[in-house]
This record gives sequence, structure tokens and C-alpha cells, in this order.
Amino acid sequence: MPFVLELAVSLLIVIGAVFMLVGSLGMVKLPDLMSRLHAPTKATTLGVGGALIASMLYFLGTDGALSIHEVLITFFLFLTAPVTAHLVAKAHLHAQGGAGLPPTGGGCGWSTFESTPETAASESPSSHNKG
Amino acid sequence: MGARKDGRSVLQRWLPHPLLSAVLVLLWMLLQNSFTAGGFVLGAILGLAIPILTSAFWPDRPPVRAYGKAMSYLLLVAWDVIVANLQVARLILFCPVRSLNTRWVTVPLQIRSPEAITVLAATITMTPGTVSSDLSADGRSLLVHCLDAPDAEEAVRQMTTRYEARLREIFP
Repeated sequence: MPFVLELAVSLLIVIGAVFMLVGSLGMVKLPDLMSRLHAPTKATTLGVGGALIASMLYFLGTDGALSIHEVLITFFLFLTAPVTAHLVAKAHLHAQGGAGLPPTGGGCGWSTFESTPETAASESPSSHNKG
Repeated sequence: MGARKDGRSVLQRWLPHPLLSAVLVLLWMLLQNSFTAGGFVLGAILGLAIPILTSAFWPDRPPVRAYGKAMSYLLLVAWDVIVANLQVARLILFCPVRSLNTRWVTVPLQIRSPEAITVLAATITMTPGTVSSDLSADGRSLLVHCLDAPDAEEAVRQMTTRYEARLREIFP
């Protein structure tokens, strides 16, 4: 493997590791659950992304073939991270009982605490198919 | 399942989501990481069976109108994710916790299709300092938690103009 490629791989791994560390630090430093939720959904995507690009470059250098598995991992990560964050947030809302939430600005409340009104149901099925 | 609905052609019943089938075959081939005829046949079987078995969950095809715009939207989001990482890292490392303006904001929605709202909510979760947490019961506003938003209206305006306006062009 040429030196330049080795350097790039090491750099990407270090960058990825730094972002992972920052994400974990955020979990310790931030005061409440909703703020802590920001750290793993953001800082970790670039951390994992760095490691995955490094892995692609490494296998490009050693095997001479482009490895596609890493692209799939990124794809699945981007699909699942918002869903996980949404589930955690929703569980938190249930635990809090909806205290301190802003008004919806419409006729009815947030879907965690209210069921879909009949008139809107035919036009826009809401809570159950939201990401 | 699809058979219940009248007015569906045979093709629509057995191939309810052609694009989903294609994506499934492609994903299966990528997971194999090598091209073999046997792998392709198995992928094709999965690509045909999974959309039929799950078609009760998606009775209609997602109304994507502009695939070119969808691609440029993906690139924009990928760029914003990188920027979001740097911003959140800076907030975590250098900002004292007391100085953060953590708040809930309500984003009024103009898009109505569930697919578009799903994409918007996922985008908001992945990008700068915002996590979408809930949808109003009538599907007309989104509850978003901001890590650091000194100006709530500015944050809402940015989400609306940057993402929702583009999604309105992609989903009719």
C-alpha cells in the first residue's frame, strides 16, 4: 500500500475517532435527555463515516477492488438514526406527560397525546407512518 | 393486500412497487459483494416477494415527481450533515452548558404527503442541532427540539426554506 494512501487512512480513522469521542463527551456534558439526544445523532454519523471511508480506502489499497459494504452501512445508518432518535424522544415525551411543549398552532394537540381527528384522517394519515 | 382493491391490473398486483423491487435486488447484490447468477436469482425472488408481502403497508406508490431534484436534495443533506457534525462538536467542546439556548419550536408544515413529512422529519433530525420529536395530531406541524437556537423564528424559517421548499418540489 502506498504511503499516501496509508496516511489518508490513518487520518480518516483519527478524525472519525475524534468525532466519536466528542459525541460521547456530549452525553456526559449536556444536562437533559433531549439535549443529549443531539450528540449521538450527529457527532457519531461523521465518526462512523470517517471509519467507513477509511475502510473503503484500505481495501482499495490492499485488494485493489472497491468495497461497497461500507456504502450500505452508511445507508442503513442514515435510515435508522432518525427513527431511533424519534423513538427515544417520543418515550421521553410520554414520561414527561407533555410538560413545557409549545402549542401546535393548529386546532389539536401533539399526536403523542391526541388521536388523529376524523376530518384530517382521510386527508393526511399522520402519526403512525412518520419517520 | 393489493388484491382487495378493485381496478388494479395484474402487473400492479404482482409488482406493486417496481422501484422498491429494483432497489432490493441492487441491495442484495451489493451485500453479496460479488456477482453470481445464483445470487441474482435469489435477489430477484426477494425483490419480488418483499414488496408483495409488505404492500399492505404502502398501498400507493410514493409520489416522487423529480428524481433529479431528489438526488440534489440528498447531496445537500449530506453536506449539511458534515456541517452539523462540526457545529455540534463545537457546541459540545467549547460552549458552556449555561449559554446554550435549548428550546422547543413548532414548524408549521405545508407538505401533506406522509412520505414527504417522513423525509423532512428525518432530515431535521440529521442536520444542525435539531431533532424532530413529534407531529401534531392533524399532521400540520412538527415539534422540533433545538440544541442552540437564540432566535426561534430564524430556526423555523431556515428549516422551511432550506428543506421543506425543496421537498415540495420533489413530492407534489
